[in-house]
Amino acid sequence: MTTEPLVRLDGVTCTYGDEAVVRDVTLDVEQRQFVGIVGPSGSGKTTLLRAMTRTVAPVSGSVHLRSGLRTALVPQVETVDWSFPVTVLECVLMARTGRRLPWPTRSELSSAFEVLARLGIERFADRHIRELSGGQQQRVFLARALLGAPDLLLLDEPTSGVDVRTRHEVLHLLADLNRDGLAIVLTTHDLNGIAAHLPSVVCLNREVIGAGAPRDVLTPDVLERTYGARMEVLEHGGMPVVVDAASNHARDALPRVR
Amino acid sequence: MDALLDPFAFAFFRNGLMVATLAGALCGLVGVYVVLKGMSYIGHGLSHAIFGGFAASTLLSVNVLLGAAVWGIASALMINGVTRRRIIGADAAIGVITTASFALGLALFAVFGEGGSRSFDALLFGSILGVGMFDVLAIAGVAVVVVVVVVMAYRPLLFTTFDPEVADVSGVRTARVEALLMVVLAGTILSTMKVLGVTLIAAALVIPATVARMLTHSFKRMLALSTLIGAATGFIGMNASYHLDVQSGPAIVLVGAAAFGAAFASTGVRGLRRVAGFDEHYPRSAAGSARPGDRRVPGGS
Repeated sequence: MTTEPLVRLDGVTCTYGDEAVVRDVTLDVEQRQFVGIVGPSGSGKTTLLRAMTRTVAPVSGSVHLRSGLRTALVPQVETVDWSFPVTVLECVLMARTGRRLPWPTRSELSSAFEVLARLGIERFADRHIRELSGGQQQRVFLARALLGAPDLLLLDEPTSGVDVRTRHEVLHLLADLNRDGLAIVLTTHDLNGIAAHLPSVVCLNREVIGAGAPRDVLTPDVLERTYGARMEVLEHGGMPVVVDAASNHARDALPRVR
Repeated sequence: MDALLDPFAFAFFRNGLMVATLAGALCGLVGVYVVLKGMSYIGHGLSHAIFGGFAASTLLSVNVLLGAAVWGIASALMINGVTRRRIIGADAAIGVITTASFALGLALFAVFGEGGSRSFDALLFGSILGVGMFDVLAIAGVAVVVVVVVVMAYRPLLFTTFDPEVADVSGVRTARVEALLMVVLAGTILSTMKVLGVTLIAAALVIPATVARMLTHSFKRMLALSTLIGAATGFIGMNASYHLDVQSGPAIVLVGAAAFGAAFASTGVRGLRRVAGFDEHYPRSAAGSARPGDRRVPGGS
């Protein structure tokens, strides 16, 4: 039995002005998939996410979303206006889909607290969003995304600009959500985080260079074509570890796998 | 005490006071969105654009209110359209469209004379002379419509103001919401321009919202506080205008500035940092997510 993918990009090309930012991308996002899109700055990662949300229209190719698909987007924390006057609860309740009035219904309020509790930030409901640690702030925007019970969660660089501990915390949390059946697509610069936590990866540099399991895709050849720089792929605990080719210390300390 | 109550014997003052209080409240309410969207310049620009509408409709013998309304809404939608296309920034779009309209008004008055319109001073700086029951009812009507819009479209307005891209993905029709906000803003400026004046209306939009932001970190409370502060500055400013014999616009704005000073004195730098535009976006270091001014949550991760 075949199931229709949540998102099907077929030969998608997007441009800003005359310049192609994403070229001829063909990609399916299946149910329960957890995929990371990696690539250098300006490689079209965010544009690809925007194409999936249809906020950017392709100049050629097609974007097909499964009928009735509920998509939620978690923005980059760097783009959030942290001085905006919203408490955690007000922020989460922005995504309620029923009433437009300032006062949420009892069921909307209870759903919001349920999501906050699931993400462990219930006790911060009345705090301003800036009065939280990096991991908690990320959870607020995740909670807002989850309130609408999406089928597909898109995250734009959720691990960018956060410390190592927060990065692991966020990726573990996303892995838990994925285990519960949520399809997730995220963009990131964190190759090793992807290798450790995600079952599939897409290497993008305006076009798809490679796609599949990290062990198959994160090879020196694919990485060089993606980033334009030589990288070594070593093995640690059964997982690929990507290091700069100039990093002799790491290369000497770990076995090379390819 | 009697001296304070003296002006209430005059109908023009009672009307002016009602209009000023409603104008302050209305500008305070709408100003929240203006300040949070970082478009403080737009109040200044739109009032200047509407001045062009006043001039043109006066000279064409068209109903001044109707002419200025059409002109103001057209300018607002034009700014919104240019800004959304991201060809140029909002500030540049406002600068081009509204100053051109203001210049046209000035040129029309210079070439054809004022054509029986109220004096330049009154239009530029506000006046309570000639404020009648019609003005009270007009601004009350606009206030009711704006409150209904803000309440009925609370969630989409908030979402679009805070995070338009995610709002769009979440099913909010942000283009419509932003256009609606511009129409509301144009209506607010149009109805309050008589008392506040072309040059000072921006302050009435910005100051109450800024003071409210310094006092709270909740959006809902900011809306309520800004409306109350706006109403209070309108009421006190109008009384000050009578007793100090200065135009209503400057008096209201100076009372607002005093409220800002008082809020700053009581909240200090912390309050000021809450305000959009004064605040910095702290870069996070690779070593940790804490930023200057952050409060570490006890027991939190």
